[in-house]
Parts: sequence; structure tokens; C-alpha cells
Amino acid sequence: MTALPSSALVPSSQLGEAGEASPNGRCAFDVEDLRRQFPILGETPYAKPLVYLDSAATSQKPQAVIDAISQFYSKDNANVHRGVHYLSERATEAYEGARAKVQGFLNAARPEEIIFTRGTTESINLVAQTYGKTHLGEGDEVLITAMEHHSNIVPWQMICAERGAQLRVAPIETSGELLLEELDALIGPRTKLVAVTHVSNALGTINPIRQIVDIAHARGARVLVDGAQAAPHLKLDVQALGCDFYALSGHKMYGPTGIGVLYGRSELLEEMPPYQGGGDMIASVSFESTTYNKIPYKFEAGTPDLAGAVGLGAAIDFLNGLGHEALAAHEHDVLAYGMEALSELPGLRLIGTAPAKASVISFLIDGVHPHDIGTILDRQGIAIRTGHHCAQPLMNRLGVAATARASLGCYNTRADIDALVAGLGTVREMFQ
Amino acid sequence: MSSELQGLYQEVVVDHGRHPRNFRQLEDATCTAEGVNPLCGDQLTLYVKMADGQIEDISFLGVGCAISQASASLMTAAVKGKNEQEALALFRRVHVMLTEGPSGEVPPEELGKLAVLSGVWEFPTRVKCASLAWHTLRNALQSESESTVDPVSTE
Repeated sequence: MTALPSSALVPSSQLGEAGEASPNGRCAFDVEDLRRQFPILGETPYAKPLVYLDSAATSQKPQAVIDAISQFYSKDNANVHRGVHYLSERATEAYEGARAKVQGFLNAARPEEIIFTRGTTESINLVAQTYGKTHLGEGDEVLITAMEHHSNIVPWQMICAERGAQLRVAPIETSGELLLEELDALIGPRTKLVAVTHVSNALGTINPIRQIVDIAHARGARVLVDGAQAAPHLKLDVQALGCDFYALSGHKMYGPTGIGVLYGRSELLEEMPPYQGGGDMIASVSFESTTYNKIPYKFEAGTPDLAGAVGLGAAIDFLNGLGHEALAAHEHDVLAYGMEALSELPGLRLIGTAPAKASVISFLIDGVHPHDIGTILDRQGIAIRTGHHCAQPLMNRLGVAATARASLGCYNTRADIDALVAGLGTVREMFQ
Repeated sequence: MSSELQGLYQEVVVDHGRHPRNFRQLEDATCTAEGVNPLCGDQLTLYVKMADGQIEDISFLGVGCAISQASASLMTAAVKGKNEQEALALFRRVHVMLTEGPSGEVPPEELGKLAVLSGVWEFPTRVKCASLAWHTLRNALQSESESTVDPVSTE
């Protein structure tokens, strides 16, 4: 495939305001039109067309998101929730408008159930350090799964060590499927919380969250879902899922880095202690005592990432503009094409073959270390991730030190897969 | 195929990566050290047998990318018979080659077989892979004189 010349980019003025779909409408999924909205896809590393297959690490950003951030700083910037002046009101409107967009995106019942954080990692740490601190005691248990990212392992290890609680781990099949019966058996009377990923970053497995929630709630355990990898791909509805907490990152879903979300059911958030102390999270302060602000502000100490939140709002508009069903059909097509194409390569083994999976193709090649695969592909303009994918316990469970991982975004095409297959041909030549 | 790639994955590198020399445990090692490169999961254990101030024998075991395995393999062959000072001096020259390339003060051709790793300098993310074995060697030699030495990490 050829690189998109930068002259082919749609001028931002034609993309409409953040919050609107492209004016030419998108009934069918026009991936070439979509690609033109991502200026970075016109880059040419080593004078080769960029083939970006690392969206699970971070997604690229459409012009509408870049423009929304730029516009916020150009026209709306001021601090929120405290100024009496014009710009402060505009900034507050933009920031709270972004919260409303997240609420809609997650179908949360109330806007105050949406807390802005730095990302999924901070969202999980927030729950561990507040809910965990007040609900975990000696001998209590937190249950995670064998496919968790380090960010859904380490915060629980830390709080369990502090509170004398136990961290337990639900096993998986070698295919990457969660063993639901084993998970069921591991939830006991002392299990206070189940923390599970919606979509595995290393394998692509989609976990049956609703079933897990039903099992956990029947035993009185709360459920936190790591939605970092699910948010860019799946239609989300926290009320239908029934989960108690849901965490996501802006930068994995076409938004900026540095902004993320914690959804929490309001009755839980109300009774949780604050996470950090500072400005904006208080109702009144004296040197003797402080009254905390109401939710969500109780959990948003300090000036938040205003432009980041606005950028995330623009990313949600962008995703909504694509249409979930059309997006899912396109991504499924490219994933299925990629799994098929790679499975036919001699000496290649796919890692993560659960029937329900999204957007991740992890693999090994006999006799070639993933890091060497990554370097050889890189020089051909193909960006993949290699290594343990911040999931070392999972790698140990699968008996591998590392994998090569191609991960897909909305802008990837079958041509990207063809480029990957051709690139892997060069790998084979080199290591013959 | 790019010439930089061909420079990195020269036949000798691929060969040593696939069939590393001195790849075994040394039963009568006088010092050992562990090295890890968390970025790509390279991990090696180095075994050194010192006698009369010289590296009488040296071997390693481990897993890792072609660059790290080949570098460890080539290193064991290059330092056998050298004393500590000579081995560390060689490390300094290899390090210059890996980080500064052909314009550095050490012409690769002076490094004999080790010169096959001269292509690494064009790949900054791979310098750690190529230098891991050498950092581990330095630790192993230090552990001869010190009681506790932390494992090497190139992160």
C-alpha cells in the first residue's frame, strides 16, 4: 500500500467541530477516508510507508482530537470550577461537557459517576487505595486473573500487603480463555473484590464480564473491570455489564495521553474516602478539619487535565461518528484476515486464540526472538510491539519469555496485514 | 532489505545467535553473574573460571534475542586467556564500537571477530542487547573480590 501524501489530508475546517461526525456522513465504513483523518499515517519511517500495528500500546489521534486540544488552548483555556470570568465558565463547560460525553459513552446512570484520572493505571490505584483500604482486612481476598496487565496486578499486591489480605489468581486455558468455573470456585466468603480485564492486551481475549459480575455479586464481591483495551473496540454499557468500577485510558481510544476515567457506582463512590488531598476536592478547609466536596470532585484533587478531557470528549465523538456496528465489522474483518494469514506462515505460532477476541495478534516464530522480529519489521516501516507486554505472569503461564504483537485500530486494513506478512518474509530470509 | 539490517544481522551474528559457543554451565567456575535486559527479556548466567589471574575458561547459559546471544557467544571466545584488566579494556573498546560506530576512536577491524557487531550502533535500542554480556562479565569479575554484587540490569 502507499503512504498517504499529507496534501490528501482533509483540512480540519472540513471535519466539523469536535462533536460532529464528518459532514460527508459515514453510512458505510470508508477506511480510506478514515485514514486521511489521521495525519501521522502519512509519516514515512526509513522512507517506507508507515504500517502502524501497535494500537494496543497507544492509538493514533484523528485530526478532530488534535484540533479539539488546540482549540481548547487557543480559545477556551482557564481554570475550572472557580473563576467568575467568561473563560473560566467556558472551560468549565468544556470540561463538564467531556464528562457528559464519557457518561454517554459508558451509559453510566449519572455524570458524577465519571471521575477523570491520568489513565487506567491511576483509576485502578484509586480504587485499591480508597475502596481497598476501607474494605480489605486481614484474611480478605482480592481475585484477579492470569491474563492481567501489571496495572491490574501490582496495585492489588500493594494494598493486599498493606491490609494483610490475599491476592488470588483465576487460571486460563492455554488458548487464552478464562476458566470461568475455576474463577467461580475461587470466589469465597472472604472475596471482597474481583478485578478483571475486559479485553486482554497481550492475547486479545474478550472476557464474559456480565457472567463474572453475576457470579461475584451473588457472593457479595464487587467487580472492577480494566477496560483499557475494550474501550476502542467494544460497545460499552456499564449498567448492562453490572460492574461496580470500570477503568479506561484516553490514549488507547484515539484520545490524548494523560487522561483516563474511573467509572464507579455512585453509592460506592459516596462512601469511599478521597484518594488525594488538595484543591477542588474540598467543600471547606480549616486547619482543624476539612469537609470534602461531593462526587466526582472528591476524587479530582488539583487542576485536572482539562485539555486532555476535552480531547477525550472529541475522541468519543469520533468513535460515535464511526458507528459501532460498522467499526466492529471492519475490525473483525481485518483481525480474522490477519489471524488466517499469519496462521499459514511456516514456523509461526499464534499466541491467544480464544474464540471471543479483539484486535490483538500475538505470535512467535521458531528460532527467531520477538525482539529481532520487531527490529527487522521496524526497518520496513512496520511498527509492532515485542516483549512481555506488561504481563510477565501471563508470559510465565504460557511458558514464553516474550511475544511479537501486532495490534489493530480502526484505521488498519487488510493491506497492513499483507505488509506484515511480507515483512515476516524478510525475517525468515534473514534467519534462514 | 535495508543495508543497516544486513549490517546488523550478518551471517556470523545469526550463526552465533542460533548456535552460541561456550553455551554450557561451568562446573568449576570461580565466579558467576546474572544479567537481564527487561526490555526484551534477555537473560543470561555467566560462568568464569579464573586461574593465575587469567580467565582460564568462560561459558554462559541463557535466553534472548539473536544480538544478545551472539554477543555473549563472541565475548566468551574473545576474552578466554585474558586477565581482568585486558578483558575490561576490551569491553571499553567494544562499548565505543557499539555506541559510536565507525567514526568512533576504535576502528572495528581492530576488534577481530567482535567487529561483526559493529552494525549495532545504527540501532540504539539494541545496544543494550549487545552490551549485556559484557556488563555481566564485569560484574562476575568484580564478584571475585567482593562478597555481594547485585544482578546486572541494562534497564
